[in-house]
Amino acid sequence: MNNKRRLLLAAPLASVALMAFAKKRERVIKIEARKFRFAPNVIEVKKGEDVVLELTAVDFPHGFSLPDFKIRADLIMDKPVRVKLKPDKEGQFGFLCDNFCGSGHEEMAGTLIVKA
Amino acid sequence: MMDRRDFLRLGAVGGGAVFLSGLYGHALAADGDDDFYFVQLSDAHWGYKGPANPEADHTLKQAVEAVNALAQAPEFIVFTGDLTHTTDDPAERRRRMAEFKSIVGELKVKHIHFLPGEHDASLDKGVAFIEHFGPTHYSFDHKGVHFIALDNVSDPGARIGEAQLAWLKEDLSRQAKDARIVVLTHRPLFDLAPAWDWATRDGQQAIDLLMPYPNVTVFYGHIHQEHHHMTGHIAHHSAKSLIFPLPAPGSQERRTPLPWDPAMPGKGLGFREIEAEPKQAAYQITEFAARKA
Repeated sequence: MNNKRRLLLAAPLASVALMAFAKKRERVIKIEARKFRFAPNVIEVKKGEDVVLELTAVDFPHGFSLPDFKIRADLIMDKPVRVKLKPDKEGQFGFLCDNFCGSGHEEMAGTLIVKA
Repeated sequence: MMDRRDFLRLGAVGGGAVFLSGLYGHALAADGDDDFYFVQLSDAHWGYKGPANPEADHTLKQAVEAVNALAQAPEFIVFTGDLTHTTDDPAERRRRMAEFKSIVGELKVKHIHFLPGEHDASLDKGVAFIEHFGPTHYSFDHKGVHFIALDNVSDPGARIGEAQLAWLKEDLSRQAKDARIVVLTHRPLFDLAPAWDWATRDGQQAIDLLMPYPNVTVFYGHIHQEHHHMTGHIAHHSAKSLIFPLPAPGSQERRTPLPWDPAMPGKGLGFREIEAEPKQAAYQITEFAARKA
């Protein structure tokens, strides 16, 4: 293979690497939704941080709602659902399952802690 | 938060708080319509077992006795949802509904309208509820008042849904603009406390459909406490439960039940009488404890 062809082949790989580097700036937090809790159910992030919440429902199409940031999503069984978040205020904010999932539904909640 | 003085007059009758809600002095009304009263019971959660109500096997029966002991029988009774406590087992759900039906069968007043709560209907989209109690949304008329029962629980995501909203629009289109309208539902139609799931996802669409009608009042359950709120000219009144009280909206981090008080069993539980005055488009609410004094 000549050098020119090598460069052509490498170029897309370089682009992918750059994209991967750019995406690294988003912190991905994996959350499992299971009757009747989120794991983890306390999430700590920084104000202004680019975060992706990757939520996976394992036993019911739970909901995810973070009302203070007007974010909600219907989760899909065994398929991660990604929710972007860039908190613009500090404090503690509740999130919850908002698709009724059974006898412990009312306790299926968590806290997002946003620090400076 | 509304200023009660804007629309409620507080008094006291028979040991219970009395609220007068409506539009006193507002226009007119159909001559010949009589005052009447009905009873609202809510959130019995039959089948619940837990520390928040160690007497759960008795509370509903006590409420039935208390309603039967009212000095004057109501013309009808409404149950605004969560008749039973949820269970994943469809057979157990039906058993609880059958038991509930048998207990409320002891009510002297046989004219009863049932609505589902999410504990009754969300896990099977209302199938078992319909088998035992009939449709989950409907309307009826009583002495000049048009009652509309809205289902915001058969969808586990707390939506009324496009089909039912279309039905509501069509039902309302047959009403005069000054019709006396009472909406019965389980969840609050407005965003009372979304962080506690105390809302209806498309409730604002129902409110928007109701807004052109000046005489609308909503009675609901779900939050296990008395609460009064205005969206424009529409008053929303939630009822106490027959199982355990919940904290005031947003008053603590979690919506955990208030602890049972052995010194005051049944504290915070109750039902209400609603005296409808169609001519004035007014509703007088009297709260009662869940058990006879």
